[in-house]
Amino acid sequence: MDDLQRTIRDYVVKEYLEEGDDREVGESTPLITGGIVDSFSMVSLKRFLEKRYGIQIPDAEATPAAFDTVSGIAALVQKFRK
Amino acid sequence: MAYATEVRQWYQEEIARIAEAGLLKQERFIHGIQGAEILVEFPPGSRPRTVINLCANNYLGFSGHPEVIAAARETLESRGYGMSSVRFICGTQDLHRELERRLTDFLETEDTLLFPSCMDANAGVFEALLAEQDVLIADRLVHASIVDGMRLCKAVQDTYKHSDMGHLEEKLVEHQDKRFRMVVTDGVFSMDGDVAKLDEIVMLAEKHRALVCVDDSHATGFMGARGKGTHEACGVLGKIDLITTTLGKALGGASGGCVSGRKELVELCRQRARPYLFSNAVAPAVIGGALKVLELLTRSTERRDVLERNAEEWRRGLVQAGFDVKPGRSPIVPVMLYNARLAQDMARDLFDEGIYVVGFFFPVVPKGQARIRTQVSAAHEQRHLDRGIEAFVKVGKKYGILGKGKRELVEAFGG
Repeated sequence: MDDLQRTIRDYVVKEYLEEGDDREVGESTPLITGGIVDSFSMVSLKRFLEKRYGIQIPDAEATPAAFDTVSGIAALVQKFRK
Repeated sequence: MAYATEVRQWYQEEIARIAEAGLLKQERFIHGIQGAEILVEFPPGSRPRTVINLCANNYLGFSGHPEVIAAARETLESRGYGMSSVRFICGTQDLHRELERRLTDFLETEDTLLFPSCMDANAGVFEALLAEQDVLIADRLVHASIVDGMRLCKAVQDTYKHSDMGHLEEKLVEHQDKRFRMVVTDGVFSMDGDVAKLDEIVMLAEKHRALVCVDDSHATGFMGARGKGTHEACGVLGKIDLITTTLGKALGGASGGCVSGRKELVELCRQRARPYLFSNAVAPAVIGGALKVLELLTRSTERRDVLERNAEEWRRGLVQAGFDVKPGRSPIVPVMLYNARLAQDMARDLFDEGIYVVGFFFPVVPKGQARIRTQVSAAHEQRHLDRGIEAFVKVGKKYGILGKGKRELVEAFGG
């Protein structure tokens, strides 16, 4: 896991896991299909990424499929950082 | 365009996919009046049988109450069947406004506006009141209608972990740059039956200058000493800026909902809320029935007192029998099973035992949180509760789940 992925993973754990929820989140853990992040709560993750990395992720790209894993989210961030 | 074969086929396959996933919803036909005991035809075509209903929102038993039915019939005769209009054209009878006034008095708010349902109230309220420069901060377990309403609104959206006041405060601080902040929560959460910490939410809202909106659909009529709702139960009467609630549960269970709260906010909903503006007025008979319900509720707290006792007894019975029950003080008592198949199988076996309950699983509840949600009513008599416990114990024994907690259930059946 690189720095970008680690930052995303740490945010997901802090923002979405309830206290006492000891599920491991790795780079390919399914976040949305796995029930860790729901599409309703996903907006805060998008906002975090945009603020932290100074990017704009168009709504059309911020799909549940694109946000389903830490590695997928990292790839999306990379795409818009360029 | 013709309904082409490939179009039909696509929809047929989509329905088949839902069925294959075990998510197909099938209605059960009730022959007669909603109540503690109902005559149910299921599966379709089978001979109807009497079962005890433990899954209705008929918390106070008003759905089939003779005085409510009589009042609705009287209003049907005197005011007709329908309004054939939205409220602001020619769909408002004096009784609509009368009901709004009575709801305002009952809820101890400043004004009230009726909607065709609480789903409609939630769909319309946020878009009518907030804009891009504002933020909505919702508990993550709010009802689906709030989620939809928020999506229709241009305000920034955020969520906080369920009932986590520390997380809510972080969000309120994060969004201090917004013009208005509105915290949105259910009063009683429909799937878990737990009560929002409205006293703490109000305190945080005052500290960080935020409005508070509560969907009290599963509380109006019985939570609090006089049944006014969660705001009464939590000691914050008069401090909730907006309450959305329904006539479709404890208040007679027919249809209709409302937005009640600060008069300017309610008035702006009257001017702008699209479900109010573009759907028919609630039918006169329903208004007549709801007025009677409010009269009965203000005359005596007996029914909510009975409900409270029934809920306590039902919860205690399940816990003593060894079921894993979500803690709480509402008449929503979820029996936790964690496994979707187990929840479905148990609900089916309970129906065979004459107990009507429904299993809930993802996506209605979070993954790994499958359950049977039971709901108690003031219409239940002791014998209904006793029979219910007896059936639950029998079925629980069959699956060997009595006395087992989450870890053991997940180990045995999978999460």
